[in-house]
Amino acid sequence: MHGLVVEFDDPRRLVAACAKVREAGYRRWDAHTPFPIHGMDAAMGIRGTRLPWLVLAGGAAGLGAALLMIWWMNAMDYPLNISGKPLFGLPAAIPVAFELTVLFSAFAAFLGMWIANGLPRLHHPLLQHEPFRRATSDRFFIVIESTDPRFDPQATRALLASLGGLAVTEVQEQIHEEGAGR
Amino acid sequence: MHRAIALGEHDNTAYVPGRPTELILDGHTFTSVTDTVCGIVEAPRPPRAWYIAFAVTVSLTVMLFAMLYLLITRGIGVWGVNSTVGWGWAIVNFVFWVGIGHAGTLISAILFLLRQKWRTSINRFAEAMTIFAVVCAGIFPAIHVGRVWAVHWLFPLPNYHAMWPNFRSPLLWDVFAVGTYATVSLLFWYTGMVPDLATLRDRARTKWRQIIYGIFAIGWRGSHRHWHRFEKAYLILAGLATPLVLSVHSVVSFDFAVSIIPGWHTTIFPPYFVAGAVFSGFAMVGTLLVPARQWFGLKPFITRHHLDNMNKIILATGSMVGYAYAMEFFIAWYGGNAFESFAFVNRAFGPYAWAYWIMISCNVISPQLFWFKRIRTSLPAMWIIYIFVNIGMWFERFVITVTSLSRDFLPSSWAYYKPTTVDILTFVGSFGLFFTLVLLFVRYLPMVAMAEVKTVMPAASAHGGPAHPVGDYHGDIPQDNLDRSKEAH
Repeated sequence: MHGLVVEFDDPRRLVAACAKVREAGYRRWDAHTPFPIHGMDAAMGIRGTRLPWLVLAGGAAGLGAALLMIWWMNAMDYPLNISGKPLFGLPAAIPVAFELTVLFSAFAAFLGMWIANGLPRLHHPLLQHEPFRRATSDRFFIVIESTDPRFDPQATRALLASLGGLAVTEVQEQIHEEGAGR
Repeated sequence: MHRAIALGEHDNTAYVPGRPTELILDGHTFTSVTDTVCGIVEAPRPPRAWYIAFAVTVSLTVMLFAMLYLLITRGIGVWGVNSTVGWGWAIVNFVFWVGIGHAGTLISAILFLLRQKWRTSINRFAEAMTIFAVVCAGIFPAIHVGRVWAVHWLFPLPNYHAMWPNFRSPLLWDVFAVGTYATVSLLFWYTGMVPDLATLRDRARTKWRQIIYGIFAIGWRGSHRHWHRFEKAYLILAGLATPLVLSVHSVVSFDFAVSIIPGWHTTIFPPYFVAGAVFSGFAMVGTLLVPARQWFGLKPFITRHHLDNMNKIILATGSMVGYAYAMEFFIAWYGGNAFESFAFVNRAFGPYAWAYWIMISCNVISPQLFWFKRIRTSLPAMWIIYIFVNIGMWFERFVITVTSLSRDFLPSSWAYYKPTTVDILTFVGSFGLFFTLVLLFVRYLPMVAMAEVKTVMPAASAHGGPAHPVGDYHGDIPQDNLDRSKEAH
């Protein structure tokens, strides 16, 4: 079993329920929603991400790479004399340096966010759970994974059932196609 | 008192201070938002009009490629450019298409940072338009180099000359600006679309849809730990795209402003180009959205309030453009440079006066009608003004590019420039490519950002309810609402 799932149809109930799951001391659990919900970070105890620092590093790398590239290409490797202008001048280097700063920062934000989230991932037990198909449309879920140290099939089910959701269901680790055993 | 507009639509354009305007009408729920937006993509067959439109646009795209083939095999002699006017429609079309893209980034990034909730209904569409416009724009600089097979020399790639591009040239800045803009716009658009692609994956009824949408949804499960980083990354991308969009048309304007040609060598160009770009882009978004909301049943999402807001931005940026035209004339006279004053008098009264006055009437006069609320909220009126602005902004680039070149310092080298049939058909063909991409987008991708729209619906607010409505506020947010939201935290 991958874990136990409780389903809600109202985001307000979900926020309150998340606070209760957190108070119960679970660690390997998550809420799944079709859109980000205000107040969930506090209810779930999600700490701030360090993504902005990664983006800053990406931007600094872009800026450095751009200035180094322009200086090396136009002033060192093949000095180009253009109407007697300096071989390397900061003002003329600004536009390209700015663009590459933005480009590298954007890639840092984009790749950093997906990698930190463990995506792309083309397979997950939750994606095979039939009711979970509505998690990207109009239903709200709390999942407590069976690997959580506090997980107990009876007690955890009882906790989830007490949260005021619609139904508590089990998510299997692997659903095999017929005849395709492990 | 506010007068309702009798067109059989719910009117949400009345501004009552302290009372928020509803952004999603007709009592939509989360479920019905998903059903409506996904339903367009999931319909077994698009409307008949889609097929007709697609046939037309694909034919035009084929014509575009035929013209490009002609250009590459025969050389740029098939164009109307001559040794005096070396920059013809290729540059005009490039600036026109890049400018169109700017509205998408303004809607997706700047309005996001300004917490304009109404943007959620239109941002996906506007961002798609940005990318398609940049695709069209990118064709023209690539082909205007003449020897297309050497176009990779634009990039700092090692080549057999052992030479590097000149980084002091605005034309190279342009390569980096437009390249970065296209890339970041694509990343931003795709990031925002992943949760919606996951919705399509989860609703898929056929194996193929499940596989294809599944690949592009990269395993998104709506985890709140993921949403947390997602929202941060989205905010950062918006923060990056904001200075980026301002820089792109500034750099495009440097292509002109860094030269010494009279009428180009002016410091007003960067802000003037950016305002013009946003102006033209909003007109193009409107041109597409007004029919799209009608055909695809998106009226409850893209309401009159949304269009009214867009028209106000068109009025504001149109007025900035008008101010820039006036200021150019003032500085030409006040600066006391004979060549500069001649360039401007020549624009308004020389051989291209017809183009100049088309530009003035379309860009300066027509958007001023948006001061009237009746016009701002009337679909036929606004659509006609959008078309005028599209025409006017193309002519602006034509006037800037061609008039200054055709009569510069030396009268013996003056010449009149006329486009050839190939010029005209290439430009018409680029519209074919643009609309082909738009039609594919509305058929296969979610046109409205469902996940974002759901966040501005009253039911999404964690401390919402009838006493705490969600929407666009006008004037001050009433104190009791603020107090209530503080208590909730």
